[in-house]
Amino acid sequence: MALVKYLKSTDLKSWLAELAQENRVFAPRYEGEAVIFAPFDPEQEIFIKYAATAPPKKTVFPQSERLVDFMYSKDPEDLSRIKIEAQEVLPQGTAVVFGGRPCDVRGFTMFDRVYMAEEATDIYYKARRDNTSFITLACDATENTCFCHWVNSSPSDPTGSDVLAIPVEGGFLLKAVSDRGETLLTSQLLSAGENRVEEGERVCKEVADSLSQAPDLANSPKKLLEVFDNIEFWQDVSAKCLSCGTCTYLCPTCYCFNITDETQGMKGSRIRSWDNCMSALFTMEASGHNPRPTKAHRLKNRVGHKFSYYPDLHDGVISCCGCGRCIKSCPAGVDIREIVLKAIAFEPTVVEG
Amino acid sequence: MKFQKELKDSIRKALPELDVVIGWCGSFDPLHATPHFIRREEDIEKLEIGPLSVHNLATYLPGLRGKKVGIVVKGCDSRSVIELLQEKLIARDDITIFGFPCTGVVDQAKIKKALGYVGNVESCDMSDKSVVIVAAGKAHSLELSDVLADKCHSCRYPDAIISDIFVGDKSGEAVPAPADYEALATFENLSLPDRFGFWLKELDRCIRCYACRSACPLCVCRDHCAAESREPHWLSQENNVRDKLMFQVIHAYHLAGRCTECGECQRACPVDIPVLMLKQKMNKEIRDIFKYEAGVDPEETPPLLSFKMEEENITEKDW
Repeated sequence: MALVKYLKSTDLKSWLAELAQENRVFAPRYEGEAVIFAPFDPEQEIFIKYAATAPPKKTVFPQSERLVDFMYSKDPEDLSRIKIEAQEVLPQGTAVVFGGRPCDVRGFTMFDRVYMAEEATDIYYKARRDNTSFITLACDATENTCFCHWVNSSPSDPTGSDVLAIPVEGGFLLKAVSDRGETLLTSQLLSAGENRVEEGERVCKEVADSLSQAPDLANSPKKLLEVFDNIEFWQDVSAKCLSCGTCTYLCPTCYCFNITDETQGMKGSRIRSWDNCMSALFTMEASGHNPRPTKAHRLKNRVGHKFSYYPDLHDGVISCCGCGRCIKSCPAGVDIREIVLKAIAFEPTVVEG
Repeated sequence: MKFQKELKDSIRKALPELDVVIGWCGSFDPLHATPHFIRREEDIEKLEIGPLSVHNLATYLPGLRGKKVGIVVKGCDSRSVIELLQEKLIARDDITIFGFPCTGVVDQAKIKKALGYVGNVESCDMSDKSVVIVAAGKAHSLELSDVLADKCHSCRYPDAIISDIFVGDKSGEAVPAPADYEALATFENLSLPDRFGFWLKELDRCIRCYACRSACPLCVCRDHCAAESREPHWLSQENNVRDKLMFQVIHAYHLAGRCTECGECQRACPVDIPVLMLKQKMNKEIRDIFKYEAGVDPEETPPLLSFKMEEENITEKDW
């Protein structure tokens, strides 16, 4: 049986402070009216009452990161000759992320298939992924926007995590999920957890049972391809979309990026930053042609990528973790579940004759 | 809402001549509404208006240029329509405006704050005075006035200023004097470093999704926004707070004298940054200098879109 420990709620901060001695520790914090992941600060309360507004995606895939620093220098003898020196900037140090939810952390497994594939590995992503541990908090309640169970997961799914923390009476039952997770559970603040395993299982089951019956999405890749050329369908479902980036930037599985050079004088950095497929510039080509000229085309891509193209390439795995942030935080209330179900139910009108 | 049936009837009558009518309908839970695009007769029944009709639907109008569009507007939304007409971004002949007497819309952030958690709302009943929300099996009773958007408390135009069809009874009250930006005055009394510190702190959590821009009915640069432009290179793509602030400053300047303070920028922000305040500050200055209020008269020209040889309140030559 995997290592299990118990942590009293009142010891949570002390435990994270211990972990912060050797790692950068991130934890959810209430700020404004939002919950965000921020570097652990013993002076600030850790907010775990409900899932964070933004997932901890940035801890492994920062909103923008320096890839290479570069410097131009001119040859004083011949000013037309310019030399460029470039220095790769690889992420350093280890990190521990506390308080992500199972959906949030499982999201990284969708990244892994793309950025740590056999054919090619993204060294920046891999460096952070390998050096970041996740102490994931199993959900003790679900929200109207939750649908992790639609996409083959659950409110206590440990996939992608190192430790699963299950809220039990007075504290957390900590279950090591990986070898790395076991090494995180050596603190003196933790006590034996075996006697609480049953309670933990009960909590997980109760929460899972509170979710309504999930529809079968096995057909979604095929059905979404069937409506690929049906622009009326996409115009209809995207009518209220405002083309902002809230859904993509809050999404634990959206991994697209842009690379730009930010230069000041003779120095600069090549940085990569989150890109947003809902933006018109996302597919703008140098010629001026844009293969996705309208929001209907762009939303089609977003939904299609997650529920059709990605699963077709990756053993049927849907590239959506069901966290529901895109629904909850959408300023116009676009509901990705509704779109997928509509595509699955879509029957082309048969023209008789 | 008592005039809802009347509204549906008028939409039913107008729909054959229109490509679409935009209103609101129920959303993913009983606490939210969502913009509703009515194209077919059977879509009409889903229409719902009330305190959850928060979205300013005028935002969609420039994107539907060339189509015959019906739009349901609150008083504040109608001001955005007027502003778009003034700037010739939409054609009056193409739009049919349905007005109704608005009694205020909620601020979801206030409800969230009052309840602590709104993730599992089961029901939401609204009356003229109160809101009863059942969440996680527990009923919460709130005063409607406590959860109304700030703009509703100082609203001067509950009835659409411009409309082709008005359902229900107009409030009939005289337009009250403009609000005096009390919250803004309190903020302005802080020291400069404190004010700057406030913005650096608030904007630190900005994720640059630009929902503030996309939800704004008067952000009309569309695919040519300064935020993404590489040439000229106004903003770095680096994740630093000064660039985020820079964008908000650009946004506020672009809206000076055009913004009707509908508050969509702030409502749309997923991380609740109080960005409306920047636009209010600009509007306050515009009001003092030009005695102008945006989105009230379709025949007017916003002061920063016009030119006068001699400005009444700008004494340039004395500098």
